Amino acid sequence: MNTPNTRTINLGSLDKIPLGQGRSFQVEDTQIAVFRQRDGKLFATQNACPHKQGPLAEGVAGGGKVICPLHSHKFDLATGQGSEPHECVKTYVVREAGGEILLQL
Amino acid sequence: MTPQKQKLVVIGNGMAGARVVEEILKRARDRFEIVMFGAEPYGNYNRILLSNVLNGSQSATEIFMNPLAWYAENGIKLHAGVKATKIDRERKVVIGSPLKKEALAYAVDAAAVPDAALVEESYDHVIIATGSRPFVPPMEGFGGTGTFLFRTIDDCDQIAEYAKTCKHAAVIGGGLLGLEAARGLMTHGVEVTILEAAPQLMIAQLDPEAGQMLRDTIEDMGIQVMCEKITTKIVREDGRIKRLDFKDGSTLATDMVVVSAGIRPIAEIASVSGLTVNKAIVCDDQMRTSDRSIFAVGECVEHRGKIYGLVDPIWEQAKVLADVLTGFNPKAEYLGSKLGTKLKVMGVELASMGDTKPSLPDDEVVVYREPSRGVYKKLIVRDNKIAGAILLGETDTAGVLMQMFMANSAVSSRRADLLFGSATGAPVLSVFDLPDHAQICNCNGVTKGAIKEAIMIGKCHSVAKVGGCTKAGLGCGSCKGLVAQLIEAYAGEVVDDASEHYYVPGVALEKSQLVAEIKRLGLKSVSAVFRELAGGKEDPASKVGLASLLKTLWPGEYDDERDARFINDRVHANIQKDGTFSVVPRIYGGVTSPAELRRIAEVAEKYNVPMVKFTGGQRLDLLGVKKDDLPKMWKDLGIPSGHAYTKSFRTCKSCVGTDFCRYGLGDSIKLAQEIEHRFQGIESPHKMKLATAGCPRNCSEAYVKDLGAVAIEGGLWEIYIGGAAGGTIRKGDLLCTVKSHDEVLKLMGRFMQYYREHGKYLERTYHFVERLGIETIRMIVVEDSEGIAARLDAAIQQAVDAYKDPWQEAAVPAYPGQFSAPELAQVLEVAENNG
Repeated sequence: MNTPNTRTINLGSLDKIPLGQGRSFQVEDTQIAVFRQRDGKLFATQNACPHKQGPLAEGVAGGGKVICPLHSHKFDLATGQGSEPHECVKTYVVREAGGEILLQL
Repeated sequence: MTPQKQKLVVIGNGMAGARVVEEILKRARDRFEIVMFGAEPYGNYNRILLSNVLNGSQSATEIFMNPLAWYAENGIKLHAGVKATKIDRERKVVIGSPLKKEALAYAVDAAAVPDAALVEESYDHVIIATGSRPFVPPMEGFGGTGTFLFRTIDDCDQIAEYAKTCKHAAVIGGGLLGLEAARGLMTHGVEVTILEAAPQLMIAQLDPEAGQMLRDTIEDMGIQVMCEKITTKIVREDGRIKRLDFKDGSTLATDMVVVSAGIRPIAEIASVSGLTVNKAIVCDDQMRTSDRSIFAVGECVEHRGKIYGLVDPIWEQAKVLADVLTGFNPKAEYLGSKLGTKLKVMGVELASMGDTKPSLPDDEVVVYREPSRGVYKKLIVRDNKIAGAILLGETDTAGVLMQMFMANSAVSSRRADLLFGSATGAPVLSVFDLPDHAQICNCNGVTKGAIKEAIMIGKCHSVAKVGGCTKAGLGCGSCKGLVAQLIEAYAGEVVDDASEHYYVPGVALEKSQLVAEIKRLGLKSVSAVFRELAGGKEDPASKVGLASLLKTLWPGEYDDERDARFINDRVHANIQKDGTFSVVPRIYGGVTSPAELRRIAEVAEKYNVPMVKFTGGQRLDLLGVKKDDLPKMWKDLGIPSGHAYTKSFRTCKSCVGTDFCRYGLGDSIKLAQEIEHRFQGIESPHKMKLATAGCPRNCSEAYVKDLGAVAIEGGLWEIYIGGAAGGTIRKGDLLCTVKSHDEVLKLMGRFMQYYREHGKYLERTYHFVERLGIETIRMIVVEDSEGIAARLDAAIQQAVDAYKDPWQEAAVPAYPGQFSAPELAQVLEVAENNG
């Protein structure tokens, strides 16, 4: 349900994201990485790694975590908590409905 | 109801006594009610640092290891200033008598407080840690004004005080402590003469030549040294010392005498209590005396005929004793110690270990002497192991030597490496010598200080734990050895973390076990491995390693889940810092043509490639390519992938070879091209960079490649493996010499397959070859000692046959969005159904 401050955006078919991988979406002026875990769970975070702006969507993901492809900093996809002190990423609510990816902003 | 605590009485609160109590508390905090007897009226202090108190660089309070408060905090009852005199084994009671304040604590006849009540403590167990007393050679006039021992804090204070009234001091004893005493005295402005009964200084640690060299250095500092001098009499006049008389009839004028002539174990309490005493209190491998409930530790112990006066052996004894007594490891055994020391004597670096001279006919002696710098190095090698070593004046390699000596490990056939550091590697330094700000992990910028802190405060005692805490060793991993040395240095021993041996962190199996399980269960995908072998728990850090292994194990059958690939292997290009990619077409053997160059140039222009650069491997690198341009560029290039991005065979460089070079002995270009055609794209635990050289001038650097072939006179090719010229530099080991290109291909392939099967994930060949040893590998790969050569050949052939240029995926992407740039989301708000 949308509250006055949230919007839900349809990113299209779930098939756009290969099983177990991430994919980045340009949503207005932010890049958002959406991950489709093998167990069916969806996660969404900011795409840019806070360390050196590596594209998190290109990282190896799984078990609720993603590893940045540039320097292997790790992030918890549910909480945004990073493996390095003082590093975390913004997370977004994302879900699947009728085969489509719905992202809440 | 809590069980009654057992009562432990410790006799002696010197370094050994206090250490054993610490070890016991570490293992079983509340097991014992502990009572300690200490003849000195202090807590326990670090005797090794006494000379610093004498020369004023440290105050007495600084060298206390366990101040009196420590005893209280740990619930230990300390009878300070009370000397235990007897163990009544019938009644199971230790009896002690309070000493007079001024009594010499370690003297046989230490004066007891007259009429004071005896102290009695009942016991379940006793530990005797009475240590030793200084040895005073027989002479007339020792004792009283102007004569001193060098042993306790009180001794230091008194020596320093008395030295103020003196012009000259004599130190009897030219061993380590005697020299330290002389150094201390010098700082008090007196002239010092060292008197040694033996023909040389430090006879326990040095041979005569090193002794002479040390003597020269010390004399240059202004200290007089006299050897073969046996003092018979201290002559006084008006109550003050005037001179010493020697056995040879000569004399020496002096104002004071400090004796530091070695130690003798204190064992009277054991003798009077009826325990077996030989030179010292006799103990078995569990540190038990002849009475099962009485143990002993430290300088008062004779173990297998040896008495130890150094710290390390005593620490080892303390650990074993604590293991046995607490039941932490009832089978723990002390099997004796190898002795080695590294120290600074009067500013001179010195390391000594084991024998000082050869003792068996086959002992090999290596000596280096450089008198002008006061440097002397000697090595005694027995059965290819270090039996003894002396390093004087320059001790760079002492830390490594000491480790090899202690571990009894086989040594380099180049003995010079042991004395001067490896010619191929970084200088061999002892980790102790490094300052805290020295950077250990150059990848993650971790200093020695940070690692030390993790070890000592964070209690990280395994390489993996230190890595987890500091990131040291998590980059290229080449500093892991240093990290292990640091743990050894500051925590005593490296705890073997089982996880360090796992092939990948998320599956608790070593490579061989993992392979066996994968085969047994027929697991052909990464997700199947997580499901069956990791309790269904997916670990992203393990995916890539598992994918590499599965691909090697199931050629052609592997279920290639693309999410288990690293991005580079998903898009067959190398990701750059800005998220762009690089395109490196294969250029076989580094040989190209005008037509090929033209095509590369055209592609670079067409796609606005920001940088075109030669790689280190003789290829052209088109850098800064957008992901969605990749497949288009590959199509336009029409050249296969150069695999500049994956853990696989990368490239084979070559020199000019025989076609044009006036030195060429073998056709290195043709061989390199054959190698590249055959092995392109072969996955392996880590990348493999190759080269061929047409002659031993090595223009293509084949000696320092993972695999290299070098042409030599006679139409032969030498095959080298395990070379490196990156962060680590290592000349490869000669595997064998063969006669033809075909043989080079065959043996290289066979080694590659063996490495693919047995290398740990991300283990480069230079680590792999060092880990297994070139002899072992040669036996298997060349001599076929295990009878697997034919199978290895078949397996690598199968992998070669399965090769497909990954850039062919340009035509048909392997999965949707494989080469897609971020997708622009159409921001249309979704009408939610509120029903």
